Amino acid sequence: MTDTVIHTNGLTRKFGDFIAVNAISFEVKKGEIFGFLGANGAGKTTAMKILCGLLSPSSGEAKVAGYDVYTQNESIKKHIGYMSQKFSLYENLKVRENIKFYGGIYGLRGADLNQKTEQLINRLGLENEADKLVGSLPLGWKQKIAFSVAILHKPKIVFLDEPTGGVDPVTRRQFWDLIYEAANEGITVFVTTHYMDEAEYCDRVSIMVDGSIAALDTPEKLKEQFKTNSMEGVFLQLARNAKRSE
Amino acid sequence: MKVFLTLIKKEFWHVLRDKRSLVILLGLPIVMMLLFGFALTNEVKNSEVLILDFSKDQASQTLIDRIDHSEYFSIAGNLSSEKEIVSSFRKGKSRLAIIFPQDFQNSISHEKKAQIRLVADASDPNTANIVINYASAIIRDYQNELNEEKKLPYTINLETKMLYNPQLKSAFNFVPGVMTLIMMLLGAMMTSVSIVREKETGTMEVLLVSPMKPILVVLSKAIPYLLLCFTDIILILLMAVFVLGMTIQGSLVLLLAESILFIITTLSLGLLISTIASTQQIAMFISLVALMLPSLIFSGFMFPIENMPIPLQVISNLIPTKWYYSIVRSVMVKGLGFEYVIKPTLILIAMTLAYLFIAIKKFKIRLA
Amino acid sequence: MTSDMSAIKIENITKTYEKGKVLALESISLDIKRGELFGLIGPDGAGKTSLFRILTTLLLADSGKATVEAFDVVKDLWDIRKISGYMPGRFSLYQDLTIEENLNFFATVFNTTVEENYHIIKEIYVQIEPFKNRRAGKLSGGMKQKLALCCALIHEPKVLFLDEPTTGVDPVSRKEFWEMLGRLKDRGITILVSTPYMDEASRCDRIALIQKGKIMDVDTLDHILEKNYQEILGVKAANRYDLVKAINQFDNLKSCFAFGGEQHVVLNDGFKSKDEFQQFLIEKGIENLEIRVVEPDIEDVFIKLMQENSND
Repeated sequence: MTDTVIHTNGLTRKFGDFIAVNAISFEVKKGEIFGFLGANGAGKTTAMKILCGLLSPSSGEAKVAGYDVYTQNESIKKHIGYMSQKFSLYENLKVRENIKFYGGIYGLRGADLNQKTEQLINRLGLENEADKLVGSLPLGWKQKIAFSVAILHKPKIVFLDEPTGGVDPVTRRQFWDLIYEAANEGITVFVTTHYMDEAEYCDRVSIMVDGSIAALDTPEKLKEQFKTNSMEGVFLQLARNAKRSE
Repeated sequence: MKVFLTLIKKEFWHVLRDKRSLVILLGLPIVMMLLFGFALTNEVKNSEVLILDFSKDQASQTLIDRIDHSEYFSIAGNLSSEKEIVSSFRKGKSRLAIIFPQDFQNSISHEKKAQIRLVADASDPNTANIVINYASAIIRDYQNELNEEKKLPYTINLETKMLYNPQLKSAFNFVPGVMTLIMMLLGAMMTSVSIVREKETGTMEVLLVSPMKPILVVLSKAIPYLLLCFTDIILILLMAVFVLGMTIQGSLVLLLAESILFIITTLSLGLLISTIASTQQIAMFISLVALMLPSLIFSGFMFPIENMPIPLQVISNLIPTKWYYSIVRSVMVKGLGFEYVIKPTLILIAMTLAYLFIAIKKFKIRLA
Repeated sequence: MTSDMSAIKIENITKTYEKGKVLALESISLDIKRGELFGLIGPDGAGKTSLFRILTTLLLADSGKATVEAFDVVKDLWDIRKISGYMPGRFSLYQDLTIEENLNFFATVFNTTVEENYHIIKEIYVQIEPFKNRRAGKLSGGMKQKLALCCALIHEPKVLFLDEPTTGVDPVSRKEFWEMLGRLKDRGITILVSTPYMDEASRCDRIALIQKGKIMDVDTLDHILEKNYQEILGVKAANRYDLVKAINQFDNLKSCFAFGGEQHVVLNDGFKSKDEFQQFLIEKGIENLEIRVVEPDIEDVFIKLMQENSND
């Protein structure tokens, strides 16, 4: 039980007549890199919002970091990190100020915050950029800083919503190096992406179609199952049958 | 022309489909009228008055009775010395003391000249002003009656404000003010925000890369807002007449024509703002800080311009709302004809042309 | 018209922002043939959007010259606006208007009608026509994208500029979108399209790889792959994190990047030290090690060119 950080059973969310998330059940283990794929509108965003404690489900059960999504969503928020392509850093604050600000939000204080901030700056090799405005940095760097900030408070799980959109191939891979590092330290990574090669970097991948999980396994096994040599092949076979385009 | 009509149609869709904004735009004037008319009224009712009567004769008693019977005042007590005034004011209940000198009646009948002193608690200057005005009005009425009775000439010094508004109904003051503000808000702010929204969402980019002259997009925005503003003016006037019981003294046609002119002024201001602002927030900020604030301060609606230092009076001439406010007051409250508002009308026309000229000059056919 | 076969000609275009402090495009030159489906491939911030805006007459370049169908982007502004279709990076339709209203509106703006040019958009429009009374704001990403394409095509442009039309769109919709572009190309429309997804390069006749305002290479995909060939090893193991750490300790390593399920490794002297490399990893205790020879793909090439460029 201690090994499972996300557990859902029959998790459902309706908006009126529309079933955005239809009875999904899955488990994610500690330190796992879990790819959460699906076509636009398949229900990924809704499911992710529920797991982050931002939206309550209509029915079914879900526990994140051991906390119930119905009743303990404030505790959930304390034990997760979140980063998306859209939500990022404050462009008009300096790198160091951003790190301290977000660290502060997650409850880091005083010497601990200062120390973690400097450690992070050193680890990312940003000593010369620490006092530059975030707005002046290239996108790839911003995304790397944003990710590091999201795990600064050592959350149990970090949710990444299309973290690498539009980033150049080298930075994209450096970003994944950071993800591996985090997973190796025991942080569970829950990630959505439209890059199918990135799906292969995940330990396990789920593919949502029309609100349900159509497939869930390791990339190797999925490729075997769908008799194709790439995750793109798996995805196309599954998503092509999607009914809804909402 | 067909393109322009399509553009206008599209703008109507935008305005009509944004139900929330539409409710605000049509509801705002109603709410403002009700607020100013009933809740935020600066009329004073049953204000407590202190009397210090050194003459205690018939004339003073008549006046005291009148004051007591008016809806604005009630007599709170009689004092015996001037010193008591200050201590009573400190207690905070009364705001006005009326002092009759000795031999009040005698002075009136023999010397044709009498003196009454009004002492007001000016810690709240607005209220002090109002109670002084009300009390003076009652006293002046009394004097007028005496004049007629005895056919004796009295020199009466009246303030212009009182001439046209003998009951000091504040509706005469705020209805033109509300009209001015609503139009600034709708005309300038909404238009600029709606133009800048096209820049922000990127639709302007697509429109720019079309054979159509982009200035048409901008001009087409003006039409729905012109109509909305006009609807609001009608709403305000209807409420002024039927809810607040105000009469429009001058020509309604003239009033509406001048209003349309002012709407065009505010629309061109909105256009001008949209050429400067790059985001909707900036457009809104400029509208509020650079237009609404000066409009409030310099239109004469809140603060009388005559009492301002000369430099501020000069600045006030640059504010279009001042001129429209004065036109509305002239036509609606004083009942004056077009010949009396030619000057402010010409000034408004000149301002409008200037704004339009600058806006079109500054309008970009590219992104930057 | 001239006998010149170029649809778009770009000569030494340079563009800076903030008074020269930020360099967006550095002396770019390109020649795009009439009827070509040309891909501008590079990450965000590479300068793709700046180039599009210069070509669509929305921005002025600091220096250099560009023509679209022989019209100068500065002087012949109105001519270019008549013949180009443009789909900006952000979704740029009116969210509060329906599909049909949007389409009619843009048709009128471009002095035409939907009826007149229905044949051009028909194939794409039929897919969204059942929802024509739905507001654009309520459409899915794929449908919005189709509508935007219809709006950009409605006046039968000679040149179509599509700035990152597939960004944030799922692989299925992306695939469909490229199939549509292929059919538009068959009609003879010149298409300049930008994308951050390298795998979409295979859909283009020719591509330009752009990074930090510079064009690193222009050619057909095959030629680019050929020119930039390098010997690459695909390496896999049970524990990927340990594998990457071990690989990075190898002396003769040139680069190591994740590619799908494996790491693509380039050694300084190519395959010559492959055995030595394998031995090194085994000694490091890597389990289930698999090493194979891989054919480089466009991302390998992009990474190689990026590294070469940052070295000078």
